[in-house]
Amino acid sequence: MDFLTLLQVLDSSLRLATPLLLACLAGLFSERAGIFDIGLEGKMLAAAFLSAAIAATTGSVWLGLLAGIGASLLLSAIHGLASITLRGDQIISGVAINFLAAGLTVVISQDWFGQGGRTPPLLSGGRFEPLSLPGAVPAKEISQAGPFMQLYSELFSGHSLLVYGALLMVPLTWFVLYKTRFGLRLRAVGENPAAVDTAGISVVGLRYAAVGICGVLCGIAGAYMATALQAGFVKDMSAGRGFIALAALIFAKWRPWYALGACLLFGFFFAVDNRFQNILLPAWAMSGVLLALGCSLFAYVRNKTLLDRIVLGGLGLGLAIVATLITLSNLNAGLGSMIKIPVVFIQSLPYVLTVVVLAGFVGKAIPPRSGGVAYVKEK
Amino acid sequence: MDIMPKWADVVLVPLISLIIAALLSALLILAIGESPVAALKLMIEGTLLRSSGWGYMLYYTTNFIFTGLAVSVAFHAALFNIGGEGQAMMGGLGVALVCLFIPWPHWSFAIIGASLGAAVFGMIWAGLPAYLQAKRGSHIVITTIMFNFIAAGVLNFFLVGALKPKGSMDPATANFPASTHLPTFEDMASLMGFEKMFRAAPANVSFFLALVACVLVWFLIWRTPLGYEIRAMGKSEPAARYAGIGSVKIIMVAMMISGALSGMMAINTTQGESERLILNFTEGAGFIGIAVALMGRSHPLGVLLAALLFGFLYQGGAELALWTKIPRELIVVIQALVILFTGALSLMVRGPLERLFLSLRQRG
Repeated sequence: MDFLTLLQVLDSSLRLATPLLLACLAGLFSERAGIFDIGLEGKMLAAAFLSAAIAATTGSVWLGLLAGIGASLLLSAIHGLASITLRGDQIISGVAINFLAAGLTVVISQDWFGQGGRTPPLLSGGRFEPLSLPGAVPAKEISQAGPFMQLYSELFSGHSLLVYGALLMVPLTWFVLYKTRFGLRLRAVGENPAAVDTAGISVVGLRYAAVGICGVLCGIAGAYMATALQAGFVKDMSAGRGFIALAALIFAKWRPWYALGACLLFGFFFAVDNRFQNILLPAWAMSGVLLALGCSLFAYVRNKTLLDRIVLGGLGLGLAIVATLITLSNLNAGLGSMIKIPVVFIQSLPYVLTVVVLAGFVGKAIPPRSGGVAYVKEK
Repeated sequence: MDIMPKWADVVLVPLISLIIAALLSALLILAIGESPVAALKLMIEGTLLRSSGWGYMLYYTTNFIFTGLAVSVAFHAALFNIGGEGQAMMGGLGVALVCLFIPWPHWSFAIIGASLGAAVFGMIWAGLPAYLQAKRGSHIVITTIMFNFIAAGVLNFFLVGALKPKGSMDPATANFPASTHLPTFEDMASLMGFEKMFRAAPANVSFFLALVACVLVWFLIWRTPLGYEIRAMGKSEPAARYAGIGSVKIIMVAMMISGALSGMMAINTTQGESERLILNFTEGAGFIGIAVALMGRSHPLGVLLAALLFGFLYQGGAELALWTKIPRELIVVIQALVILFTGALSLMVRGPLERLFLSLRQRG
């Protein structure tokens, strides 16, 4: 793999990480204020649809962006009403919002455009076009440019405005959360709402503000998917990105800079998955890694309870068996032979990593203390 | 003392929620430019007035009973199992392995074997998140969501790899041997002398298995010490712990029963209908279980009724998509509204009702 290919993969990682990052920061605001949000996915989808629909009919991508934010905010309002005012179950509300978006976007777009649940493809003007930074060489001449020029032109230049905006959101989120009064209160309301209430600050107001910010960011994320990453809305186009953003949020332990890292990593998985159909690894390395994982699990559970031994030991045994199978099936060709890593393995990595982090084997992820609990004011 | 009588809580709240959901859907149908009355008539004609309509409806109902019961059992322990979809996918893998690699003499043996396979695979897939919740404190909602995606990956891996017959392009297993095929309602009807009943409908004998599961779950939850412990855990974990009920054990057991029920959904779709394992055979039924359990108030009888309702909506929705310009996704919207009003916004329905009963009582 040469330098330019690497740059291209990183470039597409950045583009694919952008919706994750925006949704992840959206979830960060909401969850830091104590409102769990499973509905990131639905909000992104609704925003993607409405932004594409408005951009297609008016020809203005900015109106589309506004409409997308509006759609996402509407769903946020439902979530706020259910989980703040009516003290309903936040998880169930989020699930309902996901289905509402999945259903409504198709029903409405089918009625509106009659193209089987898609919007018409967006022409220029209806899309966020890539911006060329000053001095960047065009794509045709890039192979002749020097490495620094390639780095600048391929990786830093040529993204849409929303990519740069999303990257700027990271320091902004950090600043708002950790350096402003609003941020302090927002974090406090997720840890101990009673204390915030005692200080005479409105818990309900703060939580609605957080849910509102979450709506705006999800709206931008959705609009980015439909008007920058792709040219138009397709049924179910969010394809689980909201859940990956949620995974990234946990992976990042609810912190903005970590969120950037997590989203870039998950974006990198997407990019690798898009670019390389076959990833080859020597058979000995693959079975070796699996065997080592299995053995370390065995070592870990040696002095634990019976349940630990059954579950984790079983997992270790499973890994060891897979390793043995790989070794046996490659004996003929020799252990140095290259075998293909299944594509689904790369695709499942974000989820597996999140489970590992949640399990607390690699640094413990501790959510905001009052997350998921409605606040009942004392009378 | 409760403000409302029990019947109002059990019947009135879900019913009013359903009526609100129906009204909103009617508005949506109006907005599309179709008539809600005509749509309802079409749904009833295509579902209830034809025996094959019943056959399709009961086929969907069977799925929803299993997944609804699965969510219910977890709800009783105050756990939210959102991973029914993934557990059902793994259940399908279990059914496929049992049906493909064990030579069954007759379907009646095969269905027992397939049930075990589905239940064990579903159980394992729910057991891991349960373990992580019980021992490591990882939030079960998040882990079960992640396990849904991982299950989809695992299923995909086997269907494009090891389990795909040589030379086939389809991501699916080979057809199951004929001795594992379950009798459909059509077969059963013609055996009893009713020819031309349930023509070509996929409903099969696993519907009765679902009914048995309803009775068993009722018995488990309300008539056994384990059920008592599960409910005690669900009401208050500290109180249950004080009474000597181990939370680790209850989380594990409740989730594994839940996973087994989700997994058994695959008997209906995989062994009963497609007769081979295909991708996306769950078709979101794992998620519909959430709506079914909420609507049925986590009681097996309620789950059965709600599953019938959703079976009707699914078959009716297919009819609508066939004959009008209302797409199938309308049913997803209805499902979302039902979840919203029975689950998240229940105070909106319950609050006014409680005030009504309060004022009635004060007057009387």
